[in-house]
Amino acid sequence: MEHYISLFVKAVFVENMALAFFLGMCTFIAISKKVETAIGLGIAVVVVQTITVPANNLIYTYLLKDGALAWAGLPEADLSFLGLLSYIGVIAAIVQILEMTLDKYVPSLYNALGVFLPLITVNCAIMGGTLFMVERDYNLSESVVYGAGSGFSWALAIAALAGIREKLKYSDVPDGLQGLGITFITIGLMSLGFMSFSGVQL
Amino acid sequence: MSKMTAKEVLLNPIFNNNPIGLQILGICSALAVTSNLKTALVMSVALTLVCGFSNLFISMIRSQIPSSIRMIVQMVIIASLVILVDQVLKAYAYSLSKQLSVFVGLIITNCIVMGRAEAFAMQNPPMLSFVDGIGNGLGYSVMLIALGVIRELFGAGKLMGYEVFPVINDGGWYLPNGMLLLPPSAFFLIGLFIWGLRAWKKDQVEQPSFKMAPQVSNKEAY
Repeated sequence: MEHYISLFVKAVFVENMALAFFLGMCTFIAISKKVETAIGLGIAVVVVQTITVPANNLIYTYLLKDGALAWAGLPEADLSFLGLLSYIGVIAAIVQILEMTLDKYVPSLYNALGVFLPLITVNCAIMGGTLFMVERDYNLSESVVYGAGSGFSWALAIAALAGIREKLKYSDVPDGLQGLGITFITIGLMSLGFMSFSGVQL
Repeated sequence: MSKMTAKEVLLNPIFNNNPIGLQILGICSALAVTSNLKTALVMSVALTLVCGFSNLFISMIRSQIPSSIRMIVQMVIIASLVILVDQVLKAYAYSLSKQLSVFVGLIITNCIVMGRAEAFAMQNPPMLSFVDGIGNGLGYSVMLIALGVIRELFGAGKLMGYEVFPVINDGGWYLPNGMLLLPPSAFFLIGLFIWGLRAWKKDQVEQPSFKMAPQVSNKEAY
């Protein structure tokens, strides 16, 4: 149990998806003008990440890994080069299924998430989570924890950035830095703050 | 978008419509791989090729793709190209591909490739789209290489692994600025780049969403 808690904390603070690995930056910057929308997107990312990372883990372990097809009588087959293609396919499919299920059974949540669900397919944080999971050889239960943790780390970061940007509206920024420029510098400072966690040993 | 010549299509994205500086596309990888010049170079070559060819192929079959599944078709084309790049890197430059780790795979979700395929290749003939892809790739490369040069030169006193400034630890005179090797510096540098670019090309400046009213009476200020 302790192992999982430390994995979660590590994924949230030490290896923050947005501020330590810069994943999902495009959406991170584009959709952080308002706190409410940022939180909506954050929740969507947590949900999708918690489902896709374990799903891709299963696919990797039972279909793609070197020798994974032994149960089908093909012990020499190594399909790991098809990884990228299948992960993105799985992510796109899961997002699509999630969208339809939510639309049918939980319309209120569906309306709240709105346009953000389809956008998640091209969010690098989701793909990055899966690729890190493969690179670090997590097993199924670890990948559930890692998925939830990394999704939460991204949600935390975007909510914080949106909060700062809302306040930033009232400050007098030089012309050339207006908008994108000052956002980058803000994220830089936030990331500097998060670096203080990097010394934490768990 | 009116008719453009191939030259305009190629050169426009480099400064006038830079994918990173203005379109806010493809920032993720721009930050993570620029702590030294070598990875930045490899990444830019890979992205430029993928972007050019994905635009070419998507544009070739653009009238056959049903619009309801166009995202998936684009994804499949891009993903196959990225797998190709990944395999080539693994075969010929294994240590480099380990350094880039997941970022080669992340070209798939790099918004530049997807964005240009959607915005340009779906409406334009193949050759022009290919040029547009290369142009956008170059715009991205310029930014990446500039960042790579600054971060490696001032952060470690080296370029491409060769010593340029002899550092103090080896008996030289240059005290390396270690912070430039850390992730946050990439954000500051890009922020400053954008500032520079917009100071040069005034029309790219964004309108502030909230303007300070000028101080009318100086009584309240005290």
